[in-house]
Amino acid sequence: MKRCLFLTVLLSVIFTILFVFMAGTQSIAASPIKIGALFSISGPAAFLGEPERNTAQMVVDEINKAGGIKGRMLELVVIDTQGDPAKAVQGANKLIKDDKVAAIIGPSTTGDSMAVIPVVEKAEIPLISCAAGSKITEPVKKWVFKTAQNDALAVAKIYEYLNKQKISKIAILTVSDGFGSSGREQLVAHAKEFGMDIISNETYGPKDTDMTAQLTKIRAGGAQAIICWGTNPGPAVIARNVKQLGIKLPLFMSHGVSSRKFIELAGDAAEGIILPSGRVIVANQMPNSDPQKKALLSYVNGYKTIYKIEGDHFGGHAWDAMMLLKGAIEKVGDTPSAIRDQLEKTTKFSGIGGTFSYAAQDHAGLTKDAFVLVEVKNQNWKLVK
Amino acid sequence: MDNPSQLVQYILTGLSNGAIYALIGFGFAIIHNATGILNFAQGEFVMLGGMFTIFILSFLNLPLVPAIVLAIVLSTLVGILFERLAIRPLKNVKPLSLVIITIGASIFIRGAAMLIWGKDTHALPAFSGNNPLYVYGATIMPQHLWIFGITLLIIIANKLFFSYSILGKAMRACAYNAHAASLVGIDVKIMVLLSFVVSAAIGSMAGIIIAPLTMTSYDVGIMLGIKGFCAVIIGGMSSGLGTVLGGLLLGLLESLGAGYISASYKDAIAFIILLLILFIRPEGLFKQKETQRV
Repeated sequence: MKRCLFLTVLLSVIFTILFVFMAGTQSIAASPIKIGALFSISGPAAFLGEPERNTAQMVVDEINKAGGIKGRMLELVVIDTQGDPAKAVQGANKLIKDDKVAAIIGPSTTGDSMAVIPVVEKAEIPLISCAAGSKITEPVKKWVFKTAQNDALAVAKIYEYLNKQKISKIAILTVSDGFGSSGREQLVAHAKEFGMDIISNETYGPKDTDMTAQLTKIRAGGAQAIICWGTNPGPAVIARNVKQLGIKLPLFMSHGVSSRKFIELAGDAAEGIILPSGRVIVANQMPNSDPQKKALLSYVNGYKTIYKIEGDHFGGHAWDAMMLLKGAIEKVGDTPSAIRDQLEKTTKFSGIGGTFSYAAQDHAGLTKDAFVLVEVKNQNWKLVK
Repeated sequence: MDNPSQLVQYILTGLSNGAIYALIGFGFAIIHNATGILNFAQGEFVMLGGMFTIFILSFLNLPLVPAIVLAIVLSTLVGILFERLAIRPLKNVKPLSLVIITIGASIFIRGAAMLIWGKDTHALPAFSGNNPLYVYGATIMPQHLWIFGITLLIIIANKLFFSYSILGKAMRACAYNAHAASLVGIDVKIMVLLSFVVSAAIGSMAGIIIAPLTMTSYDVGIMLGIKGFCAVIIGGMSSGLGTVLGGLLLGLLESLGAGYISASYKDAIAFIILLLILFIRPEGLFKQKETQRV
């Protein structure tokens, strides 16, 4: 009996102390503005989610160090979607209902983004997706914006270059996952408009380790150039296989491999490969007149100081999303509807992925100038002029 | 389509992939024949071989050959630990439970590799350069010759070991009848352990010699393990010629299928063959010719 009483007293003391502390911390500063983040930090799309999470956290820390937005601190609530749409939806619900966030950035993949769109539309919370799929903002959804460049813009950039080189017969080799099939759709859809004739149309599996069979077939088909659409490590294998087979055709890749890792994996075989990319990897080579140069250098140097590795353009999508939000909140405060309206009014914001100008009918905000073509020369990226 | 050099290319590609499948299949066969277990962690030994080599090369800065030897030793050590900690403590369990344990172990090893080395893909430098060799208008890499050579060596070494050495004969005895083997004084436990040692070593060797071509990451073991399993099923669980032919056949069919039908069906081909064999000839295609087990 005595023991029982002791326990009760002890517990009540503990709870009282806890309550006092919690109440205390809350009343000290103005409540922070909560921003939700849905990134695929683990799982197959971790190469997107990890740099995005790192970047978003970096930006939030920078803002808070500088005194927050109008004296209010930002708080980033990160949820790992693991690249699973079901987890993304759960995460979005939690962010909206439990954390009561003012806005959400992410998700990292097109699949996750499409899954959470109905949730945010219903809850009326602005979402800035970091995924590339054009269907995210076509047709326009009231509460949904995106920062990653559409695949169609990358395709246009390559086709434009091929036009200049007077090449019209092409072979495409795409990976059989979401990224590859979206690229394939866009490559086929825009071929006519640029006068391209797709002679060979091949695919490979994301885990395949030898593509010589497809490439042998492509070589026999008589194309003048090969366009490969995939994310590491497949394209690196293809680059090596092309070299092995002695195929002399120009090889193009997608923006899916525009990171140092690709050159590292493909080694000598990467030489001469051309791909569309965000400006991040050639930040130093951009002319000073480029409106994005300031943002690019600040991001690249900041990321390197904190994380000891080079920032890539995936992280850049999160940088853009955070900066766009910051701009909107600075102007109109943290009510979700005001943020949304302000985002839509954003024009000529020069970030990492490009210069954004949103409008009521355009929630993607970029043109094909968001991409530059880069070539691998001496194991480094070189801007193609 | 009827370009002869094209056909030669498909065949060369198929044979070199097939040799790898055969090597991985060997690991399955050796453990299965000594213990009756299908070791689904076999693919993870392949992954460990490649990843250990890269780790040793980049962190200890050893030259390639010592790095490879050390990587095989380390992978074998993992094989020993696996047998001691996960297989041996269980007495009188059904083979099915053991098979499930190996699946669990493979998930564990893969997860541990991901946490230790991260999710990135890594490339290993080729053993002797990257200049392709021309064969009848088709090309292969010098690395492919290494693959063929090492596979051949391992096949011969296997044959000699199991036919002529006392240890090899003892392992075969355990495979035929473990109880009888123990009666004549063979330590069955040691033989089971030895089978894990041999197949971990062969698996990691396979992982090392393909890493310069295919690159490696924490999760390469899954698909390669399945392909190796497919090879050994075609070969009727033999650790001799049957599995070699099984692997080569699988590699050839994959490559010809990708070349003449569609690359989208490449993996499907392996699975269809696996199912067909299991339905129609579960004892393997070459059973008559190959009567020797283990």
